[in-house]
Amino acid sequence: MRVSGAFLPWLAAITAALLAWGLYDGLLVAPPDYQQGETVRIMYVHVPSAYLSMMIFGTMAFASAVALIWRHPVADIAAKASAPIGAGMTAAALATGMLWGQPMWGTFWVWDARLTSMLLLFFIYLGYMALWAAIDDPERAGKAAAILALVGSVNLPIIHFSVEWWNTLHQGPSVLVSGGSTIEGPFLRPMFIMIGAYTVFYFTVLIWRMHQEIIARRIRSLRLLQAQG
Amino acid sequence: MTRKRQRMIFVVTGLISLGVATGLVLLALGDNLVFFHGPSEVVSEEFPPQRRFRLGGLVEEGSVKRNEDGLTVEFVVTDLVNVVPVTFTGILPDLFREGQGVVAEGRLGADGVFVATEVLAKHDETYIPADVVDALKAAGQWQGD
Repeated sequence: MRVSGAFLPWLAAITAALLAWGLYDGLLVAPPDYQQGETVRIMYVHVPSAYLSMMIFGTMAFASAVALIWRHPVADIAAKASAPIGAGMTAAALATGMLWGQPMWGTFWVWDARLTSMLLLFFIYLGYMALWAAIDDPERAGKAAAILALVGSVNLPIIHFSVEWWNTLHQGPSVLVSGGSTIEGPFLRPMFIMIGAYTVFYFTVLIWRMHQEIIARRIRSLRLLQAQG
Repeated sequence: MTRKRQRMIFVVTGLISLGVATGLVLLALGDNLVFFHGPSEVVSEEFPPQRRFRLGGLVEEGSVKRNEDGLTVEFVVTDLVNVVPVTFTGILPDLFREGQGVVAEGRLGADGVFVATEVLAKHDETYIPADVVDALKAAGQWQGD
């Protein structure tokens, strides 16, 4: 706690610096696209939040497996503390995607496989948080929520491969494709800076939230002791 | 066998069976999960006139004709093998142009013309700076539309 607490202000500073650099690079330095014009700049917030929304759920599923198998209490806390951040990222990815879709596709929303599976991820996040809130005993709540996180992780490959398995309105992958990226360099630089900024942001808020959760659990056990004594 | 090992086997088999079950469901749903049908499917399979579906493909070069009322557009959707003519009355999205991917929703008329009620542009996944394209066009090296 003391060590990670000392890191927190530094992590927050790195987040702020990366965000400022990425936004400056993306909004002012990067060129407009030949088809999308200035609208391409939405990518610099859409792609990082979409990436984080899936990366965070993957982390939660892994932490949940560790909590279920090895009964490590910190794994439980890490998964619980991650959920609201991931839900926020999913909401941001959906919202920025809609803002991009209206001028580019001609519609805010379509029920294609990518958009629908992403909305499903958002509801799984909400369900996960609701499950934690619904059960009072943290040990039982953790076990139920961990199972939900593992079940929900089935959705992750579906989201990722949806644009390849079925024809969708959402475009296919453009960064991680065989034969190199179909995105030119000047667009990629701000995108990767923003992905870095979002990732550090996640770890900053995660550590901060885990601190709060650990303190809350200590207070809870002290109260229980007091009530018994 | 320790309890830890037991729990691990339980979690792993649970995940594997869940994955297999999901895979089978998605396989069974198959065609119902696609967002649109290509011109070749429309030509080879009989789509009844009352059935609404989405037609997706590229707008054929030189096929876009605007009517005099300024709102009705006729164009041809192609997958480079088969073609389906489309007519649409309404506002087209920014990205709509010849050579661009589109998804049109509507019904197939008895005359083989697809009457669209909504036309969406499909973005291909290429991103090139606008000034680079201008320079390529000026040099006569542009390979795109």
